[in-house]
Amino acid sequence: MMVEITDLHKSFNGNLVLDGVSFTVSEAENMVVFGRSGTGKSVLLKCMIRLMEPDAGSVFIQGKDVLKLDLKDLNELRKDIGFLFQGAALYDSMSVRENLEFPLIRNFELDKKEIDERVNFVLEAVSLLDVINKMPSELSGGMKKRIGLARSIITKPKLMLYDEPTTGLDPITAKEISVLINDLQHRLKMTSIVVTHDLLCAKIIADRAIVLSDGKIVKEGSINELITSEDQLLKNFFSDEIFEQNGSKK
Amino acid sequence: MHKKLINFLTSGKLFSKTEKRLTEFFNMLGGLTSFSVRFFKELFLPPYEVEQIRKHMIELGMKTLPIVGVTGFIIGLVIAMQLSPVLKRFGAEAFLPGSVGISIVRELGPVICALIFAGRVSSGIGAELGSMRVTEQIDAMEVSGVNPFRYLVVTRIFATTFILPILTVYVIFISLIGAYIAVVLVQNMTWAYYIDRVIFAVEFGDAIPGVAKTFVFGYIVGLVGSYKGYTAENGTEGVGKASTSSVVVSSLLILIFDMVLVKLTLWIWPTVK
Repeated sequence: MMVEITDLHKSFNGNLVLDGVSFTVSEAENMVVFGRSGTGKSVLLKCMIRLMEPDAGSVFIQGKDVLKLDLKDLNELRKDIGFLFQGAALYDSMSVRENLEFPLIRNFELDKKEIDERVNFVLEAVSLLDVINKMPSELSGGMKKRIGLARSIITKPKLMLYDEPTTGLDPITAKEISVLINDLQHRLKMTSIVVTHDLLCAKIIADRAIVLSDGKIVKEGSINELITSEDQLLKNFFSDEIFEQNGSKK
Repeated sequence: MHKKLINFLTSGKLFSKTEKRLTEFFNMLGGLTSFSVRFFKELFLPPYEVEQIRKHMIELGMKTLPIVGVTGFIIGLVIAMQLSPVLKRFGAEAFLPGSVGISIVRELGPVICALIFAGRVSSGIGAELGSMRVTEQIDAMEVSGVNPFRYLVVTRIFATTFILPILTVYVIFISLIGAYIAVVLVQNMTWAYYIDRVIFAVEFGDAIPGVAKTFVFGYIVGLVGSYKGYTAENGTEGVGKASTSSVVVSSLLILIFDMVLVKLTLWIWPTVK
């Protein structure tokens, strides 16, 4: 099992955001976490790699108890994990090339030739070889997401975490990003957990999905099972999503 | 009006506001202290970010060089212009270079330079790190296995601590040039004689503590700016707050520490033997 989360709890100022979340993700599986805004999806991802400390519960990644690792071992584990942030989180003061080289230079002893090869490989994968010397401020939202994606896969991670990969993008670019993520998943054989409320993105990427509501998992299954579920909460959620995507109720 | 004031005083709003401000103040003091402890802990641990320190020293120094230069020149000129008639009144014009030199070296050069540096650099660091915090760049760094505190904070505090004394020496020199221009306007004095009088008046006990205390001021500027930026929250509004409060807090701390350090240096190097 690549990821095993048990009874995860997290609250902020008495407000319970994660209330006993448990699930597992197998190797090379693509899992989508659905939920409305503020249901704790991003918090879940951040707790998994200890950008936030959960109040209770356990997180095992590659068999390692993440919450009990010391900083050195945690950083060692993090080398095997890629994270695509909601806003891409590119370093403003660095060019695209420097952004991509940064995790390699800091964590691996690679020679210049190998670093260049990896940079070119990931830029080619996201079809943005021509922006290598540009600064993040010169890129569009979609381009930033692609470069963010390129940066997160450059270390060849075994597990990828995506935090709202299509948020803030127009529908066409959002679809392109989703297809790109799916393509990379299959090419690089990574396990992935995608947090989103974009149904189309989920349809393209997901092998399996869970739905979070009020900090709890309320449903788990394939995307089709969730969409066709008779559960009122899911019906409401998916009808709103379909309305948002099509501009009219179906 | 009177009734409104009484209502306000008795409503408990004043107390709750004061309580909130006090809590924030002590939280900040606690935060600065733990940040400081963490800085000294991480400073001696490898990897040493020498390249980043060098980059920040050059960047922060070059950014501040023109503004501190102009300010120093004007301060020197104005001090000499102000002191000249006063000394003339007591028949002590001959002491003009010496008194100007002492005031610039002991107090005005270091403090003015530190305050300008705080305004320029502390706010810049606060805004830069604040923006990195709210756009998750610091989180991204952490996820990629890099210690963001060491990479972003330790390097900046180290750079400000060691660049400010260098800038201060430069400001003192420029201020003395400014003062000389004011002196030659009222007295017929050569540059060599002027510098000779300044060197004669300024003792070791004036110059060393004056420059040495700027290490503390530089540390304060880096520490406050980094702390405010690193702990920024609430999006762009938080970045603005981090930037503004960095300047206010670091300027205030510079003046408070100046008061303490002046007392301390007078005790170590008494001016009257």
